[in-house]
Amino acid sequence: MNASRYDCIVIGAGHNGLTCAAYLARAGRRVLVLEAAEQAGGTAGTREFAPGFRASSCAHLLHLMPGWLLEELRLARHGLRMAAENMPTFALSGAGALRIPTDVDSAAHDLGEADARAFRDYAARMRRLAAALRPLLEAVPPRLGSRAWRDRLTLLGLAAKLRLLGRADMRELLRIAGMCVQDLLDEHFQSPLLKGALAFDAVLGTNLGPRSPGSVFTLLYRLAAGSGAAASLAQPVGGLGALTAALAQAAKAAGAELRLAAPVARVIVTEDSAAGVLLGSGERLEAGCVVSSADPTTTFLRLLGAEHLDAGFVRRVSHLRTQGMTAKLHLALQSMPRFRALAGAEPTGRMVFASSLRAVEQAFNDAKYGRFSAAPLLEVIVPTAVDPGLAPAGRHVLSAVVQYAPYRIAGGWEGQREQFLDTILQTLEAHAPGLRDSVCAAELLTPQDIETQFRVSGGHWHHAELALDQFFMVRPVAGAAQYRAPVRGLFLCGAGCHPGGGVMGLAGRNAARQVLAQAA
Amino acid sequence: MLIETEPHYRQPLLRTPFHERMRAFSQVDSFIPWSGYSTVDVFSSVEQEYFAIRNGASLYDLTPMVKYRITGPDATRFLDRLVTRSVAKLRPGRVAYALWCDDDGLLIDDGTIFRLDAQEYRLCTGERQLDWLLDSSIGFDVGIDEVTAEIAALALQGPCSCWVLKALGLEGIETLAPFEHRSVKLPDRVAAAGAMAGTAMTVSRTGFTGDLGYELWVDPAQAECLWDGLMEAGQVRTLRPVGSRALNIARLEAGFVLPNVDFVSSAHTLRNGTARSPLELALGWCVDFGKGHFTGRRALLAEQGRPPRRRLVGLDIEGTKPAHNALLYGDHRGRREIGSVTSAAWSPTCKRNIALAMLDAPHFEVGRQVWAEIYLNRELTWERRMVRARVVERPFFAPARRRAMPPGDF
Repeated sequence: MNASRYDCIVIGAGHNGLTCAAYLARAGRRVLVLEAAEQAGGTAGTREFAPGFRASSCAHLLHLMPGWLLEELRLARHGLRMAAENMPTFALSGAGALRIPTDVDSAAHDLGEADARAFRDYAARMRRLAAALRPLLEAVPPRLGSRAWRDRLTLLGLAAKLRLLGRADMRELLRIAGMCVQDLLDEHFQSPLLKGALAFDAVLGTNLGPRSPGSVFTLLYRLAAGSGAAASLAQPVGGLGALTAALAQAAKAAGAELRLAAPVARVIVTEDSAAGVLLGSGERLEAGCVVSSADPTTTFLRLLGAEHLDAGFVRRVSHLRTQGMTAKLHLALQSMPRFRALAGAEPTGRMVFASSLRAVEQAFNDAKYGRFSAAPLLEVIVPTAVDPGLAPAGRHVLSAVVQYAPYRIAGGWEGQREQFLDTILQTLEAHAPGLRDSVCAAELLTPQDIETQFRVSGGHWHHAELALDQFFMVRPVAGAAQYRAPVRGLFLCGAGCHPGGGVMGLAGRNAARQVLAQAA
Repeated sequence: MLIETEPHYRQPLLRTPFHERMRAFSQVDSFIPWSGYSTVDVFSSVEQEYFAIRNGASLYDLTPMVKYRITGPDATRFLDRLVTRSVAKLRPGRVAYALWCDDDGLLIDDGTIFRLDAQEYRLCTGERQLDWLLDSSIGFDVGIDEVTAEIAALALQGPCSCWVLKALGLEGIETLAPFEHRSVKLPDRVAAAGAMAGTAMTVSRTGFTGDLGYELWVDPAQAECLWDGLMEAGQVRTLRPVGSRALNIARLEAGFVLPNVDFVSSAHTLRNGTARSPLELALGWCVDFGKGHFTGRRALLAEQGRPPRRRLVGLDIEGTKPAHNALLYGDHRGRREIGSVTSAAWSPTCKRNIALAMLDAPHFEVGRQVWAEIYLNRELTWERRMVRARVVERPFFAPARRRAMPPGDF
């Protein structure tokens, strides 16, 4: 056997690639992880965006990764610590802040009596539905029309779990699953701020507004994904990069190798099987199988090439909806920002700027027609409030997820990036007077920047839009939904696979299961 | 050529450049649509036209055949990924019959590929395929243009066809081998008045009759002149225009399959299990598993690994009544249905009652006897007959002259 031969080559050292590598290495495979960038992490990394200032590059909160995954990979032992857990969410408006209840019992706080009562019912039901849907997210999607016992068992298991919901909840699930979130929220609540903030969670990271059908599905998805997490809304010490660093450590400890600055140019195919990769440098690396955490479009159309795939399959891949709608803002600040609505309290939680359903829908309207939102929606954290090490002493970092920023913007992003940044800063300044003067550096990543800097075609956080038509047995596309490409020995393990991104790690772990099952 | 101001359902059928000539020759005025064009079903009598194909020379208007020009650095790779046989092996100047399948290895259509140059091909097919070609072109540096209206085409088929071409003035045409094509100069006395001297025409030794024959591809401006020149040159060899019904008998004798008759394109089938694979259509010889990946390859490989379920076969049927659409049975009482006839005809040349049929395993083996259920119309009194049929080798008719080099002088 050739000395350079590995059992598995994993393309991309993001959280899913590393998770997959760690599981494969723990199962005794000789694993090589190849990362194009100078550092591991991908969109779940930490970057120094200004001298001395660091921020999580795309995702900035950890809230979907299952607790058992963190434990199985012993990430705490590999250096993962949390700066904050169970961070509260505040919906901010000009009038004040509303603390969004995190569980059924804390509902009473700031809500009026009617909304508080409604929230108790709503939250309890959504929690039950989320729990029933949870196994769907962890499962390897079964194949349609398959007679394999495992596929049938998976389907039966999922059906049984849903059946256990009981008649009332099943009916409600069937009723709301395809609905728009505005209709659902209007049925329950009065407070515009509460509805705005809940709708924000439904549309965050999607190409949807609150009046778009399917926005309840994305909300249920988020709740179901979050229901298995170790803690809601956590911030690792050192940013999300600390999570991927711990994953890298876990993979290395199990025997995996990690090579940085090694971009893959092609997947080598011999006899209709993936046999290794060709690096950009021209170096050939052989392996028994190749697992790609790159997005499906990149993996199939660039790394593998259409000539190795059937035309109908390629059409499905090329029709994937992969255009991102979400930008990321990093600000280096001279001082701690003071948000008026928090009345002097330190911004240690997650702040949502989405004052009403109408405001969310109007922000979406701009994006529908190829413009950035004139009044953008923000999810803001000040990471240094709980993790001062991310900035020089006394200085601070503000990290914001910004919606909506269409991938394809009329007139192109060049020249409009500055305008968009200015628009966002105006919004922030209105809530935190003096913030603008305190900015010493700013970085705004549009979906196009995310595409080029993180090699995600379309710049979508989930690699491909999360929606019913791109979910479960048809994610990313029919014919590749079991983490296996049509070419033998090529697997997918990225966010474009079931159950999607959001720093969950399940795609990586499920893909590893499939690789091991194939080899066995 | 389309009248853009009218909605498509109001647009009349297009007319080929040969239309006026054909109309003048038509005695029964029987035109049928083909790919948006009006084309001739029968000129005078099917029998006369059939015998022109087999015993003399015949002209058939091929213009509605959909033609695509495929060019670019990836043209060969694109076609090799599209069709089931090797295109890289096809040299410039050659023509190949080819099939293309969907992802499930089910046949979409068949056609011919002309290699014009290292990076230029022409794909000819019975129906429009642009959507599938464009889907197949994702990831390939290739240009695809439909050129159907830019090229007028005639099929000159029959034992005397080479003689007619020589009489037209195409010297050396006898050196054109089967499945070769060549650009020739249209003789000046034939070319349209005012046309530049040296007007070119492409001649290919191809056809759909299984006989000696040629297909002529020409600028539509030269179409009528070419027609006139051929009719004049072929007069002493009883050259006559033929319609699609006569051609259909000839193609059945040659054992060629016809889309929408012997198979339905998988792009059009709605019901599960009605589309057919090349292996089921006994076109496995046209599938090259060794050439690298092509669309449907994995599905066809898997199919090849399973016992076959059905296959298209040739049938020799007792009696003289064509077994159109007949159901086929394993027993003469008609208890066990095992398939059906897709094309049937009395073959005047073979003097046999022949058919193409799809038969379930294991009945498709050559030599097996099956029973065909034939309905006879006796002056509107219908009679049902169960007649014996035997699975036989195809083609039913394959004269040596179709491949003879040089072609014989008949």
